Amino acid sequence: MKAKVLLSLVLLCGYLAAPTARADDAAPAAPAVPPACELPSYLLTSESRLPKVAEAVKAGKPLEILVIGSRSTTIPASEDASYPARMQAILKDKLPASEVVHVSVEIQSKKTAEEAATTFVKLVEAKRPTLVIWQTGTVDAIRAIDPDDFRGAVTGGVTALQNAGADVVLMNLQYSPRTETMISVPPYLDNMRVVAQEHDIPLFDRFAIMRQWNDQGQFDLFSPSRGPELAKQVHDCLGRALAQFVIDAAHLGPAQQQN
Amino acid sequence: MTIADQVTGSTIAGTAGAKPRAAAPAISLPAIGERELRLDLFRGLALWLIFIDHLPPSLLTWFTIRNYGFSDATEIFIFISGYTAAFVYGRAMLESGVVIATARILRRVWQIYVAHVFLFTIFLAEISYVATSFENPLYTEEMGIMDFLKQPDVTIVQALLLRFRPVNMDVLPLYIVLMLALPVILWSMKWRPDLTLALSVVLYAVTWEYDLYFSAYPNGFWAFNPLAWQLLFVFGAWCALGGARRMSRILASPVTMWIAIAYIVAAFYVTLTWYVPQLSHLMPKRLEQWMYPIDKTDLDVLRFTHFLALAALTVRFLPRDWPGLTSPWLRPLILCGQHSLEIFCLGVFLAFAGHFILAEVSGGAAMHALISLSGILIMWGVAWVISWYKRVAEKSGAKTKNAVGNADLAGGG
Repeated sequence: MKAKVLLSLVLLCGYLAAPTARADDAAPAAPAVPPACELPSYLLTSESRLPKVAEAVKAGKPLEILVIGSRSTTIPASEDASYPARMQAILKDKLPASEVVHVSVEIQSKKTAEEAATTFVKLVEAKRPTLVIWQTGTVDAIRAIDPDDFRGAVTGGVTALQNAGADVVLMNLQYSPRTETMISVPPYLDNMRVVAQEHDIPLFDRFAIMRQWNDQGQFDLFSPSRGPELAKQVHDCLGRALAQFVIDAAHLGPAQQQN
Repeated sequence: MTIADQVTGSTIAGTAGAKPRAAAPAISLPAIGERELRLDLFRGLALWLIFIDHLPPSLLTWFTIRNYGFSDATEIFIFISGYTAAFVYGRAMLESGVVIATARILRRVWQIYVAHVFLFTIFLAEISYVATSFENPLYTEEMGIMDFLKQPDVTIVQALLLRFRPVNMDVLPLYIVLMLALPVILWSMKWRPDLTLALSVVLYAVTWEYDLYFSAYPNGFWAFNPLAWQLLFVFGAWCALGGARRMSRILASPVTMWIAIAYIVAAFYVTLTWYVPQLSHLMPKRLEQWMYPIDKTDLDVLRFTHFLALAALTVRFLPRDWPGLTSPWLRPLILCGQHSLEIFCLGVFLAFAGHFILAEVSGGAAMHALISLSGILIMWGVAWVISWYKRVAEKSGAKTKNAVGNADLAGGG
């Protein structure tokens, strides 16, 4: 019992100390980031690299990014405000003016990871992207697909994309507090993390990021509002975070950035 | 968690001191009478922790054991359920025979099943409400979960078959299946306890090797695979039926203690890397690749051993006659542990209600703390009322009082 009490205390102290520690190492970059989008830097960095993106930008070649997503990739009737569009705008802003950035979106509505992955070979052949951002997991979680099967499908998809010559970023599920009692999300988050680790590819932790915003009070994700304003703001922040994440993982130093 | 009880109780049916003969049962039971308060205490604790874990994360979540190692309250719960079920129905089997004991176990299974269906009804009410009142365009995709409301004919039937189980409703179906297997387990334990445990280990190993599972609706599998989790249940039963006593020397040895401490510290460090990402680069990648994912569905060996280590230390440092067990401060926990099926269901319901309040009223930290605390107070209050009612009912019906077969002791839902 004593040991347990001690452990609790240690962890509690760690927890209380954590926000200050995080604040210290928060990203000094990007003064233009609106306060609502602020995030601790550990959510925006990855140990894995994006070599092909780095190469393309250094060589001054166009940067073709393909976002493969689902319904949460878009906002109904507000296409331009969705995170892929916002990311394109921010990347154009941050990279040298000569750099051509083009983001295309492929929506795989109501498809599991396995169903989506079957289309990858054709898709990549047609678009020849430098970078594929694959956002998946929600449909699998809703349908309670076996997490092992899910992991197999994500592994298959990632391998297919890599074999086709693209850098890959995985993006996990949204943080959705309203449906927390109805959809079991953790197994899918864990398995995506494992696949990212195994293949040494960056994982954009959308779930942790959105939860951070909700917990810190930047956004109220419990809101039942029917209007698109909240969705637009969240997607704007997601697009900024994603752009920052790609720049960081590709190690695009100040030389390749405008500011 | 009463491994290694030095029980002075009588052994049943002539095994005492004698070499087991073919006719004599191979198991022994401690004396009836005193309740084992440590069991109640830790089951009560598990119930509180399960309730807190079912709420959205908050400061209180940091007090639940899953943040300090691999195993969590579910392990405690299933182990104690196996222990108490074997204790009560094992006695019934020795005294009244297999048929009677089986009948009583089935009655208990029925109670748990009804409790499960009741919780499902509450879930239906909640999800229907959310489906009609919540249309945030940010979450159009997540609302796909409501699709199953479009075919209630299939969904409800699958729920009654235990194949459709919404989030947080996985423990009772697991418990139902384990209890259904209990007559066979006990019957086999009566004959050869060690062989039964060995068979359970074999089933566990085969489940891992050949990836066996219970299928679920609409697809996938049970979130707690009974074929794997039975190991903990059978182990609990084995401990209750004399195994604990035989292990007492191992448990008393300082070597065991230090291994357990080392393992718990190592597990704590690994868990720490999940919450303090700055530490994660100190983890060897090879180790990470071997270790992850730590599978809850199939009761990962790392989780099982973590539970064993915790149990070994608990038994060592918390003796059966620890005076604190009778202190009023631990009374709420023990009361809850003594009515586990009722309090478990109440906890799941309160977690639903808590989510609902957080969503509809406010999601602030203060409200969160208030919900957690009042939930625990309600659990305590209801447990107290049930105890009070039983006491009164027993007094008035003293003539028909039956000392054996208190369903609560076997309880656990």
